[in-house]
Amino acid sequence: MSTEVQYKVVVGLEIHVHLCTKSKMFCSCAVEFGQKPNSRVCPVCLGMPGVLPVMNKQALEYAVLAALALNCEIAEFTKWDRKSYYYPDLPKNYQISQYDLPLSSNGFIEVPLGEGQTKRIRIIRAHLEEDAGKNLHPAGNFSQVDLNRTGTPLLEIVTEPDMNSAAEVRALAIELQRMVRYLGVSEADMQKGHMRFEPNVNLVITKDGRGYKTPIVEVKNLNSFRALEKSVEYESQRQLDEFLQTGITMETGGKSTRGWDDAREVTVLQREKEEAHDYRYFPDPDLVPVELTGQWLDDIKSGLCELPIKRQICYINEYKLSDYDAGVLTAERSTADFFEDSITAGGEPKRVCNLLTQVGLKLANERQCTVADLGISPAEFAQIAKDVDNGLISATGANKAIELKTQNLDKPFNIIYEENKLIQKSDAGELETIVDQILAENPKAVDDVKSGGKKTKKAKGFLLGQVMRKTKGQANPKVVSQILAKKLG
Amino acid sequence: MEDLSAIQLREKIAAGEISSVEATEAIFKSIEEREPVIGAYISTYRDKALEKAAEVDKRIAAGEPTGELAGVPVAVKDNMCTTFGATTCASKILENFHAPYNATAVEKLISADAVIVGKTNMDEFAMGSSTENSGLKQTVNPWDHSRVPGGSSGGSAAAVAGGLCFAALGSDTGGSIRQPASFCGVVGLKPTYGRISRFGLVAYGSSLDQIGPITRTVTDSALMLNVIAGHDPADSTSVNESVAPVCDYLEKLNEPIEKLKIAVVPEFNVGAEEQVQKALTDAIDIYRALGAKVIEIDMPHLDYAIAAYYLIATAEASSNLARYDGVHYGHRSEKADDYIEVYSKSRAEAFGKEVKRRIMLGTYALSSGYYDAYYLKALKVRNLIRADFTSAFEKCEAILMPVSPTAAFKIGEKVNDPLKMYLSDIYTIAANLAGIPGISIPCGFDDKELPIGLQILTPAFTEDKLLRIARMFEKQTDWNTKKPTFTN
Repeated sequence: MSTEVQYKVVVGLEIHVHLCTKSKMFCSCAVEFGQKPNSRVCPVCLGMPGVLPVMNKQALEYAVLAALALNCEIAEFTKWDRKSYYYPDLPKNYQISQYDLPLSSNGFIEVPLGEGQTKRIRIIRAHLEEDAGKNLHPAGNFSQVDLNRTGTPLLEIVTEPDMNSAAEVRALAIELQRMVRYLGVSEADMQKGHMRFEPNVNLVITKDGRGYKTPIVEVKNLNSFRALEKSVEYESQRQLDEFLQTGITMETGGKSTRGWDDAREVTVLQREKEEAHDYRYFPDPDLVPVELTGQWLDDIKSGLCELPIKRQICYINEYKLSDYDAGVLTAERSTADFFEDSITAGGEPKRVCNLLTQVGLKLANERQCTVADLGISPAEFAQIAKDVDNGLISATGANKAIELKTQNLDKPFNIIYEENKLIQKSDAGELETIVDQILAENPKAVDDVKSGGKKTKKAKGFLLGQVMRKTKGQANPKVVSQILAKKLG
Repeated sequence: MEDLSAIQLREKIAAGEISSVEATEAIFKSIEEREPVIGAYISTYRDKALEKAAEVDKRIAAGEPTGELAGVPVAVKDNMCTTFGATTCASKILENFHAPYNATAVEKLISADAVIVGKTNMDEFAMGSSTENSGLKQTVNPWDHSRVPGGSSGGSAAAVAGGLCFAALGSDTGGSIRQPASFCGVVGLKPTYGRISRFGLVAYGSSLDQIGPITRTVTDSALMLNVIAGHDPADSTSVNESVAPVCDYLEKLNEPIEKLKIAVVPEFNVGAEEQVQKALTDAIDIYRALGAKVIEIDMPHLDYAIAAYYLIATAEASSNLARYDGVHYGHRSEKADDYIEVYSKSRAEAFGKEVKRRIMLGTYALSSGYYDAYYLKALKVRNLIRADFTSAFEKCEAILMPVSPTAAFKIGEKVNDPLKMYLSDIYTIAANLAGIPGISIPCGFDDKELPIGLQILTPAFTEDKLLRIARMFEKQTDWNTKKPTFTN
C-alpha cells in the first residue's frame, strides 16, 4: 500500500539581543565583553542585601526604537516584573523582566527571500529584561560564576510561527541583525553572544489526506546563524522520521526542549513534557512603572532611520542592482548611507555600486573601518564614477585610483590619474593610427574577423587586446572597438 | 543626662555644656550595666563611636559647623547596611555579612554627625511582632523583663526606652516601628512610603517597608525625620521632592492645629483590650479639650487588612529572600553535595521558623493557579483600603486608633500561635498598605504599669501635620517623661 506524505515545517523564534548601552540595565556597571571575570560588577548587579535597581533610560529608549522598527505597538504604560528561578548565574534568584505588560507588541518584520521578494513575519512582542551571568565549568569538582554579563540589557523578541523553512529562519535572523545594527541599538556580534536564538519547531503533515501536527520542540540557546539553520533542518527531518515511525502528534506527545550539539550537528533532548516551570511572576516593587508617551516617545521616534530591507528593495527596483549587490550595500548602515550620498552627488548607481563593492568595501574591510572612514567623500566617489562613465579613466583605473588615494589622501585625483597614467586615450585620430598598425601586423586575425564565422568574436578580442597592449592599457576600449568595427565592417 | 531628649542633648553639646564624648561614655556605661539583661543590641561600636564623638567635640570647640545630630548617640536597626560591622538582619544566614555600602538613611545620620553606638536586635528579617524571632538573641521589654519589647524593631525601641541611646532608626513593614514604640513607652514614626530612601535597607516587603525614627519625644522624631527624609536617586520608589517637598519638621512643630478635625473608627476598636480602649478614649478627650472636633467614621475594609498584608508582604518576601542561597555570600551548608543542595540545605539550616513560614506562604500566593485568588485579590483589597483612607481624609485631618490590641505580652506567650501573633498588628498594618504616615506616642499605662500607645494617622506626605498633632497631645501629658526603673 502506497502512502503519500507531505509536510510543512512551522517555526517561531524567540530572539535575545544585547543592547549596546554603556552601562547595565539597572546599575552603572560598564557593559564590556571579554574582561576579567567579576570585574564589571557592583552590589546592585551582585544582588546584595538592601540594594535597589534603577532603570537605565537609554536601554529603554533603544528597546523602544527597535520595537518601532519592528512595527510594534508601543505600550503607553509598561512595568517590570520579577521572574523567579534558582540558578547560580542569577544572583537575586529572580530576573527583572516584563510579563503581562511588555513595552511593545503586535509588530512584523519584512524578511528578504531573494530576487527582491520579502516575507512578512509577525512579531508577538518585544520586551526588555536583564541578562544573567555565566556559569563556567573548568576541569575539577567545582564550577565558577562570572557575573560580568549579569544585568546587561536584553531585548527579547518573540515571533509568531510564521517561518516555513530553515532558510526563512536564517533570513529573519540576518535581517534582524542588520536592523539592530542600523538602529545603533546593538552591535549584534554573534561571537560575543550579542544575539541568541531559540526556535520552536514542528511539522504540519498531510498523510493519506489526513492532517497531523508533530509535538513542538524548543531548541535552546543557539548563538550562530549556522547553528540556527542547521538545527531547524535537523529538527524537521528528525520530527518527520519520528512521526513516520511512531505516529506521535501534538495530541499524543508533549512539548519538549532540546539542545544543539554543534560538533555532531544534532539536537539532544534536554527536558521532556515541559516540567512545569512556575516562574511566579509578579510586579517588581522596587521599580516604578514607565509611561511611554508624549515628548519622550516622539524623541525616540525621531531616532528611526530608513530600514535596510526598504533600501535593499529600492536598490533592486529603482537602481536595477542585483539582489546580491543590494544586499552587500545594505548590510551596514554606513555603507548604504555612503552609497546613497554618492548617488545624490551625481554618481550613476550601478557604477558607484561597482566601485564600492569591488574596491571601497575591500579596503574598508582590510582597515576594519567603514567606507566613510577611508577618507574619500561620497562626492569624490561620484566624480570617479562620472570619470569612468565619461571614458576619462577605465573601471580598472578607477579602482586603482581609489586604492592609491587612500594611501595619500592629500593628493587630488587628477594628479593620481596623471602620475599613474590612468587617463585613457580617447582621441580617435591618434587611436586610428595605432589600429591601422595592428591590423597590418595581424592579417590572420583580420581574416578571421572578416570570415564572419565562429572565430570572429575571438579575433576581435585579440585585436582589441593588441591595441591595449600597444598603448600600455591607456586606450579607451570603447573608442577602439568603434574604430575596429568601422574598419572591419 | 539620661533625662535629656536628643534635641536637648544636641543643644547642650553645641553649647559646650556636655561633650559628645561624655554623652557617649554615659551611654556605654548604661549599655554595660543594662544590656546583659535588655539585649537590645546585636553589635556595639564603642571605639568607633568615641572616635566620632571626639571628632565632633573638636569641631565644636574649633567653631566649625556641625550637623543636625552633632554628637548625639544613636542606634540603627540591624537590617540597615553599614560599612562597619556586620549587617545580620538577626539571621544566621547573614550573621557574617559585611556590606560594602551604607544604607542611605545611615549615611544621612553619619553626615548629620550622629554618633552610632550600635546595631539593634530585631525579628529575623523584620518578620515578627515581638523580636522573639531573632535568630541571634533575645531582647526584653525594659518595663518588664518577662515581656517582649514588641517587634520587629524591638531592639531599637528597647534601646531608646532603656536609655541605651538617645534615638534610633527602625523599619516598619506592618507596624514594626509603632508597635514596639508603644510596648516600650516611646515615640515611633512610620513616614509615608517613599519619604525615606530604602536603599541599603534589607528588604522584607518592598512595597511596604519604610525606615523611621524611634525616639523619646515627638520633637526628637521631627529632628530625626529632618535628617533622613528626602529623595534618593538610588531608590526609584523614593518620591521626588518636586512632587512631595520635604520641609523642616521642627519649624512649626509647637504650633497647634486650629479647628482640628479627628476621626475614630469605633467598630474597629472593639477588638482592643478594655484598658487600651480606655487610654484611647482618654486621649480623644484631651484632643476635645484642645478644641478638636471628633467624628466617628466607618472604614469597611480594615477588617481585611491583615489577610491582605500577609499575602502581599510574604509574596514580596519570598522573592526578596531568594538571594540568600549560600552561593554568593552568607551561610553555606557544609553538607551540600550539589548546587541544588547548596540552596536547600543552606536555607534550611540558617533561616528561622517564621521566615520559612512566610517564604512558603508567599511562594504559595504567587504560584500559578493561586496567584489570582491570593496575591491579586490582596492587591485589590489594598486598593480598597487606600480608598477607605482617601474618603476618610475627606472628612477629617487625622484618624486616631490603638497601636496594638494589648500592651506588651509575655515572652513565649504567642510564639506557638502565629495567627494570634499576626493579630497584634491589626491596627498598624493598614497604614503600610495605604502608604500613609503613622505615629505611636505614649498615652497611658495599664494596671501592670505597662505603657500603652496612641496611634495617629494622616494623609500621605503630611508628616509635618502628623507631628504637630502628636506634639499637641504630648504637651498636655507627661507620659513620655516616665521611664522604666532598671533593677538588675
